Amino acid sequence: MAPTLTFPKGGVHPPESKKLTENLAVEVMPLPAELEIILGQHIGAPCAATVAKRAEVSEGDLIGEVSKGLGVPLHAPASGKVKAVGNSGHPVRVSAPSVTITVDQEAPDKQYQPRDWQNDTSQELLKRVHDAGIIGIGGAGFPTHVKLKPPSDNPVDTLLLNGAECEPYITADHRAMLEMAPEIVEGAKILLKILGITNCVIGIENNKPDAIKMMTDAANGTAGDGFSITVQPLEVKYPQGSEKQLIQAITGRKVPAMALPSAVGVVVHNVSTTKAVYDAVVLEKPLVEKVVTISGKGINRPANLLVKVGTKLIDIVEFCGGVKPDLSRVVMGGPMMGFAVSDLNIPISKTTSSVLFLTDEEIDANPLSACIRCGWCLDACPMGLEPKEIGVFVEGNRAEDTEQFGVFECFECGSCAYVCPAKRPLVQFVRLAKMKAKRS
Amino acid sequence: MAGLLNVSVSPHVRSSESVEKIMWTVVACLVPPLLLSVFVFGIQVLLIAGVSVISCMAVEAISQKALGRPVTVKDGSAALTGMLMAFVIPPGVSFLLPILGAVMAIYIGKHLLGGIGYNIFNPALLGRAFLLATFPVAMTTAWLVPLTDGAIFSYFNSGVDAVTTATPLAVMKEQGMDAFRQQFGAPSEIYASFFLGWRPGCIGETSGLLIVLGGLYLMWRRYITWHIPVSLLGTIGLLTWVFGGETLFTGDPLLAILTGGALLGAFYMATDYVTSPSSKTGQMVYGAGIGALTVLIRLKGGYPEGICYAILLMNPLSTVLDNWFKPKRFAPPIGGEK
Repeated sequence: MAPTLTFPKGGVHPPESKKLTENLAVEVMPLPAELEIILGQHIGAPCAATVAKRAEVSEGDLIGEVSKGLGVPLHAPASGKVKAVGNSGHPVRVSAPSVTITVDQEAPDKQYQPRDWQNDTSQELLKRVHDAGIIGIGGAGFPTHVKLKPPSDNPVDTLLLNGAECEPYITADHRAMLEMAPEIVEGAKILLKILGITNCVIGIENNKPDAIKMMTDAANGTAGDGFSITVQPLEVKYPQGSEKQLIQAITGRKVPAMALPSAVGVVVHNVSTTKAVYDAVVLEKPLVEKVVTISGKGINRPANLLVKVGTKLIDIVEFCGGVKPDLSRVVMGGPMMGFAVSDLNIPISKTTSSVLFLTDEEIDANPLSACIRCGWCLDACPMGLEPKEIGVFVEGNRAEDTEQFGVFECFECGSCAYVCPAKRPLVQFVRLAKMKAKRS
Repeated sequence: MAGLLNVSVSPHVRSSESVEKIMWTVVACLVPPLLLSVFVFGIQVLLIAGVSVISCMAVEAISQKALGRPVTVKDGSAALTGMLMAFVIPPGVSFLLPILGAVMAIYIGKHLLGGIGYNIFNPALLGRAFLLATFPVAMTTAWLVPLTDGAIFSYFNSGVDAVTTATPLAVMKEQGMDAFRQQFGAPSEIYASFFLGWRPGCIGETSGLLIVLGGLYLMWRRYITWHIPVSLLGTIGLLTWVFGGETLFTGDPLLAILTGGALLGAFYMATDYVTSPSSKTGQMVYGAGIGALTVLIRLKGGYPEGICYAILLMNPLSTVLDNWFKPKRFAPPIGGEK
């Protein structure tokens, strides 16, 4: 096996907590009565609804489109009738425009037949990726087709597949790699063809030896196709799955501040996004469902669920046997970067990789005290920033002056706040600083 | 599940370390040398330490109440200041001294300068410096002679005032190396007795072994790193070797490290988070600066020991050093910084 790599600067080792779900096979969740599909799932301008109230839709029909900017279209995750074009709860924006579909439980499952993609041109493949509404489903929500068209002055030579899954609890990518390894590798070949390159490295943290083995076997099966697809085991360290850290760990290249990975000749896609590319190109299936890890000590039956985009948390809770009485927080996303939600009527989006039901024993919501300048945040920050200074400046009403500490290079991984013994909400200070510094 | 759920900001999981845990752990590391001092000098030591800790905690609580701030006396930082202050004053002084020292250290040195995290000077050393200026005789003469084994209550029962004696560094400075050798023995005996604690001095000056063990434990827990202690002691050793003898390069570096408060200063005082730099490079420069100033004061200054003032002089430079030695950014933007 290849030597284990990692990024050199900073990082933390939170308890992995993956045992709860890592051995549970992906389970298909039955269709809920209603789906709420948020129109702005990706980074960029949100979609405009293309269906009106009472319209009949079948699975895969277009329900939203975007005319300008980076966006991708949106599709009906299931057959049914449009109940409303209105608003839904949103983990960050509180409320966001959405399309609500009353699911027709009687409609037959849509069948998808694999097709041969080898004869498609790279332009045709790219259009299929766009038309299927594919975005980075690891969490960022950046439209995939945009990443596949790097600026012409930055030749790309390497495709990295992100299978690090460094956030605690989440096992969705892990299960995808175990159960859909050939599809992911096929998806990688499609991505390589679109990019016009041959070299792909799949990075997986070595707390998933079974996934490393499955993916290695699948990648070895492609020998002789003219592609070089290899698996690179990574040391377990958060935030390994961050684009810049992953690129540095595997290739040793450093993406400059404010630049895209293509500046160093690399494009990164999540393994589950790659699976979605396979679905889009080979099965002509738009991105309407995804694997979501349901975990935490506050839910009765943790699971890895294949759910339709738009499924509400309340339906998932019901399917997973309800919550336990000592539930304290419901978090969409991982425990390091996810958002706590205030109610369960919020729908799953394309970028939700987990829903965590955390008890008081699992979370730490201790109040903050003054910064004691221990400097642990400096050692934890993978970007070489000064979180303690940003915090003190924000508290002193000088958020505008925090650019000198690199506040705009912060991607809010939370490593600093994780180690802070004074329990300071350093990520929140950074968010405030960014808002105020942008305004000034 | 009626109503809305509680929300909080990410990250939702956090390490189990806390300010409280760090401070009380450091206090606990100081207990073994304290107990040894009780064994060496008698029960008086325990009383001085107790008065110092309790007055620091009381002054902290009263100051915070008076200033309208949340009372955080449970976080252990005041207890640690009290413990450290007891370690750097002669064990034979009156109980009034640690009480006055606590007022200076905690009220003036800490809370009037902004409270925990904002104080510029190490509170314990500020307390000592204040006492040294106001009670110069007691603070330089009230040393106790080490007792013979098992006689810890003899001094307490005898009812005599503190037996004054001189510390090794004072003898070395005022009477020269010959007198020093006469009084404390051949080098090999000196190393052993100083390392184990059988000599006059502050609590913190007596047992080098236990101070180092505690410091190593704190390093193992990752509460402190090697940067400050190593650069500080290394500089003291190096400069003493070069300039500390009768001719160049004849000084005794090991003796320099084992005498005075060098070890306590290196592991417990200079590593105080609030008053030392946060960056590792800054910490090494800071440690070296303290070491150099210590040797300068020891060899050329008016006091036999210099580490207290050396640390106090370097304290305000911590933020300057942090500004000089910023962490290295991941990668600059294309075209360099704006």
